[in-house]
Amino acid sequence: MPPIGETSELERINQVIAEYGNNQSALIPVLQQVQEVYHYLPEEILTYVATALNLSPATVYGVATFYAQFSLEAKGKHVVRVCDGTACHVRGSTPVLNAIRKKVGLTAGMKTTGDRQFTVETVSCLGACGLAPAVVIDDRIYGQMTPEAVSIVLDELMKEVD
Amino acid sequence: MSANNNTAVQAATLTINGRPVEINGEKNLLEVVRKAGIDLPTFCYHSELSAFGACRQCLVETEDGRILASCSVPADPGMKIKTHSPRVQRIRKVALELLLANHDRECTTCEKSGVCKLQDLAQRYGIDEVRFGKRDQKMPLDLSSPAIVRNPNRCILCGDCVRMCKEVQGLGILDFANRGASMVVTPAFGRDIADVECVNCGQCAAVCPTGALTVKSEIDQAWAAIYDDSKTVVVQIAPAVRVAVGDAFGLKPGEISLGKLVAALRMIGIDKVFDTSFAADLTVMEETTEFINRLRSGAQLPQFTSCCPAWVKYAEQYYPDMLSNLSSCRSPQQMFGSVAKRYYTKELNIDPKDMYVISVMPCTAKKFEAARPEFSNDGVRDVDLVLTTQEIAHMIKEAGINFAELEEDSLDMPFGFTTGAGVIFGVTGGVAEAVLRAANFLLTGEELQKVAFTEVRGLAGTRAATVDVAGHEVRVAITHTLGEIKALMEKIRKGEEYFDIIEVMACPGGCIGGAGQPGQNTIELRTKRSEGIYRADTRMQLRKAQENPLVQHVYDKWLGQYGSHEAHEALHTQYSGRSRMPGEGISIMQGQSQGEKVDVAVCVGTCCFLKGSTQMLADLTELIDQSGYADQVNLRAAFCLENCAGSASVKVDGKIIGGLTAKKSAVVMQEIMAALRNKKAKVEA
Repeated sequence: MPPIGETSELERINQVIAEYGNNQSALIPVLQQVQEVYHYLPEEILTYVATALNLSPATVYGVATFYAQFSLEAKGKHVVRVCDGTACHVRGSTPVLNAIRKKVGLTAGMKTTGDRQFTVETVSCLGACGLAPAVVIDDRIYGQMTPEAVSIVLDELMKEVD
Repeated sequence: MSANNNTAVQAATLTINGRPVEINGEKNLLEVVRKAGIDLPTFCYHSELSAFGACRQCLVETEDGRILASCSVPADPGMKIKTHSPRVQRIRKVALELLLANHDRECTTCEKSGVCKLQDLAQRYGIDEVRFGKRDQKMPLDLSSPAIVRNPNRCILCGDCVRMCKEVQGLGILDFANRGASMVVTPAFGRDIADVECVNCGQCAAVCPTGALTVKSEIDQAWAAIYDDSKTVVVQIAPAVRVAVGDAFGLKPGEISLGKLVAALRMIGIDKVFDTSFAADLTVMEETTEFINRLRSGAQLPQFTSCCPAWVKYAEQYYPDMLSNLSSCRSPQQMFGSVAKRYYTKELNIDPKDMYVISVMPCTAKKFEAARPEFSNDGVRDVDLVLTTQEIAHMIKEAGINFAELEEDSLDMPFGFTTGAGVIFGVTGGVAEAVLRAANFLLTGEELQKVAFTEVRGLAGTRAATVDVAGHEVRVAITHTLGEIKALMEKIRKGEEYFDIIEVMACPGGCIGGAGQPGQNTIELRTKRSEGIYRADTRMQLRKAQENPLVQHVYDKWLGQYGSHEAHEALHTQYSGRSRMPGEGISIMQGQSQGEKVDVAVCVGTCCFLKGSTQMLADLTELIDQSGYADQVNLRAAFCLENCAGSASVKVDGKIIGGLTAKKSAVVMQEIMAALRNKKAKVEA
């Protein structure tokens, strides 16, 4: 297992836990901090959080799996979010999604590429319906995407990766 | 519930189906409706748990056409409700149909068939067709636990097990995970039950309205042993079984049916039928001797009872620093197994491996206890198989025996003779009372006139009493359910409470409310069974363990004195800390050197965490970085090094260093340097 608990990272989580006085109602802000530090919620850290907040690990797991904002799987370096809200859907988000998945090499059921470079997800609405179909890669929004256009964007990113 | 707040005022009423009904402080509308004699159905409502309002079966319609879940609304005076209006009926039926659509409806092969609430309601409401398709994907069964089986395909997400484990047992092993259509009830991280901190009490299965959580059946092994001619099959029957087994055959709740059970077991083909209460008498002698020694020396008090295997595992997981306070006595089940295999085999002149000991228990955790490695010799278990009351009832039915009509039969000797002290072990307060009946005698050699210690009886959660034992003011506490002991432990640790002896049973009501018992585990039923146990006690010729002539015989012939070395070998045990969540912990540093590396684990489990181990971990990381040896150290944060009594702990290359505090990182660093030098010396040599 690669190191996931650099003390400085664990320290940041301890700070948040202490800030809320080890209060159980702080679970969600603590999990948000964990997600920010690690980009996902590692099992070991969730057990740690459960101990610190005096909750059962099953309860922490329940909250972590309830909210779409939390991920229990390690994500790729680049996170690609394809909007599949109504507007994007009718303007062809599905072909865009398929093109992206094919381009980065994801097979059915996979969300993250084997080399941990890309994670591809769908979201229900980005609130950018005027740009439909919209795709967010990392923190940048790409509007009016087509399979061809998104392919060019990804080509650029892959060059950086290399 | 404090009930009588508003009875001083004129009794308030509401109208149910046109009839006025009084409100007497019921905690919700559902309770009032049920009091009025209408059995509104529920899956997710248990009077002992919080209201959840998920199953939509207890619906009522108000005068102004609103549909309410009666479990989740207070009973307001003047309300006018209908419980089976056409709308309510329709909605209830559709909800039921939707639950059935998601449910694996292979009823004929389900253990709960016949006692399943879902099946019962589907019939009651005449569901003759489920219009929705079946689930196409089957989820795997969880067969990992020695006590219970989890079949998620039968789960209707009522959450009873979740709330039972969290609210009553204070554990929270199961919880909801995911959302919407993919929601499941699961242990943390989707693990198997055996891989988390479950104590096997089985109360989740006891409240499950369907077959999603069931007691693990080991009937086949029992039949195999019975039909193996080389085996002498010996059965021991636990105290609480005698007041519950009749439930499975339509006898009155709480009726003592030990005689019928003995007869049935003989008909099934059991060679010898004995009583665990005999071993409980033995336990009383050993446990009281131990208690008196502690009382005299004043050390390691309070003494906790150790008869309950769920409590023992719970203590090993959560109070590893207090394990020396647990009585070292084995439970009656294990004492019986030990005596049977060690000594009784000699009397019968057979090899221990040719004796097959089956326990009939109210308890699912006993299955785990019997399998503990310390309770077997040369691969031969002291107790070979544990069957719950439900399972033995099943076997009796399978054998076609008409239980209710059986003539009573008597137990075999020598382990069939018991006193009342051994019988009351089956109910909360019983172990403490049995010890109190013996304590005065063991301390002074004088018998007390007093037999019944009613001050420790009852079904209230935690009870405390001060009892005079030969001039010692002994503070006694009795708790049942693990949630109660958790709360009491907090008070004890804070110094708010002091006790000399504490009886703990994990199930509500004690063993009579065990998860292996038949029937709906309600307060009413447990009250009846408790009465049955005390009735059995008063009917006994002898009621104190020290008066049991056959227990004396066992000491005279085999064990010697109470608490002797031989008795310790045969009847006592030891405990060790258990980590709650197996796993590697959090890796902090991974040395990059190709050569030898030192493995360092800093415990961040509860005890160590509270002593500041995370601060020490941070300081230690810095020290290692500065030392220039970072490439030769693997550092991780571990969840439990099982050295909680000596927390905070660090493990350096397999060696535990305990008694650390937040500021002791330098001590650990010295150990690391020493370990590095050792390694270097070895390489050079």
